Amino acid sequence: MHETAIAQSLLEIVKEQALLYGAKKVTRIRIKVGALSGVVPEALQFAFEVLSRGGVAEGARLEIEEVPSRIRCEDCGVFEGTPFLVCPNCGKLAELLSGRELEIESMEIEDGGEGS
Amino acid sequence: MEVRVVKDILEANEVIARENRRLFEQEGLYVLNLMGAPGTGKTTLLERTIELLKDRWRVGVLEGDIATTRDSERIASHGVPVVQINTGGACHLDGNMVRGGLGALDLRGLQVLFVENVGNLVCPAEFNIGEDDKAMILSVTEGDDKPLKYPLMFQVSSLLLLNKIDLLPYVDFDVERFKEYARRVNPQIEIIEVSCKTGQGLSDWVKWLESRIAQKVK
Repeated sequence: MHETAIAQSLLEIVKEQALLYGAKKVTRIRIKVGALSGVVPEALQFAFEVLSRGGVAEGARLEIEEVPSRIRCEDCGVFEGTPFLVCPNCGKLAELLSGRELEIESMEIEDGGEGS
Repeated sequence: MEVRVVKDILEANEVIARENRRLFEQEGLYVLNLMGAPGTGKTTLLERTIELLKDRWRVGVLEGDIATTRDSERIASHGVPVVQINTGGACHLDGNMVRGGLGALDLRGLQVLFVENVGNLVCPAEFNIGEDDKAMILSVTEGDDKPLKYPLMFQVSSLLLLNKIDLLPYVDFDVERFKEYARRVNPQIEIIEVSCKTGQGLSDWVKWLESRIAQKVK
């Protein structure tokens, strides 16, 4: 449900960046969503599609890279795809390497005013 | 043309949360963000807690609700200032909604502010509001597998209150298994078992709370 709020925040950043680059249109947006972030990509896609209507990012393709959760135990190594922050092997406290991402990476724009 | 952005999508919320935090620092106010599913006992816990604290600390409450003022009315009946934030459909409180609510609450003289989040085990976990601590409450009727199904909520919380333990004889809830799951998703989490109905465990909760308050409030 909070995907709506997240899509809104995303669009704010996109709008601001589009203005910064003098873009008339945004055609593609790349974001990273971690497996532990609690965001459902399909719900985010849908919210983005609805909320982007009538704006600079209308019709833009939202590319969501889903980042798996990864933890590192200093004795046993790296484990992927677990919600735990302890080593599944020895039970020791592990370091979270990835999985909490909620980041915009880049966007593809048209009619940028920088002569490139 | 491709442009690199590399930004936290929730950055705007983080900025407002930091502003809220600065305000709380200025006022010497301890702020607890209380989260949990609908019906888990958030409002009842606050009602019991206010009664236990209000002779020693000046307490205020921000009540987040999708609609209705039922919870604020319950809190107000305990004689503490309360402000209702109707989220208008949103499933969580964010920094901006809290900032809006603060405008209607006189912070001067307050020492403790409880923010009761919208009943939900997913969305509130994602949004910082400038709080000192996030605490979550879960009742034994919700099942002992919840840390596995909703890990983020457990990971962001410093304290986990396991509520309605008076119902344990009637439900299939394995407390030890639950605690083990919770500690595997968040090894630092503190767990206190309570029953807001019988009062069991509430003194441990108040002790935890007062040690946190004392660190913040001069």
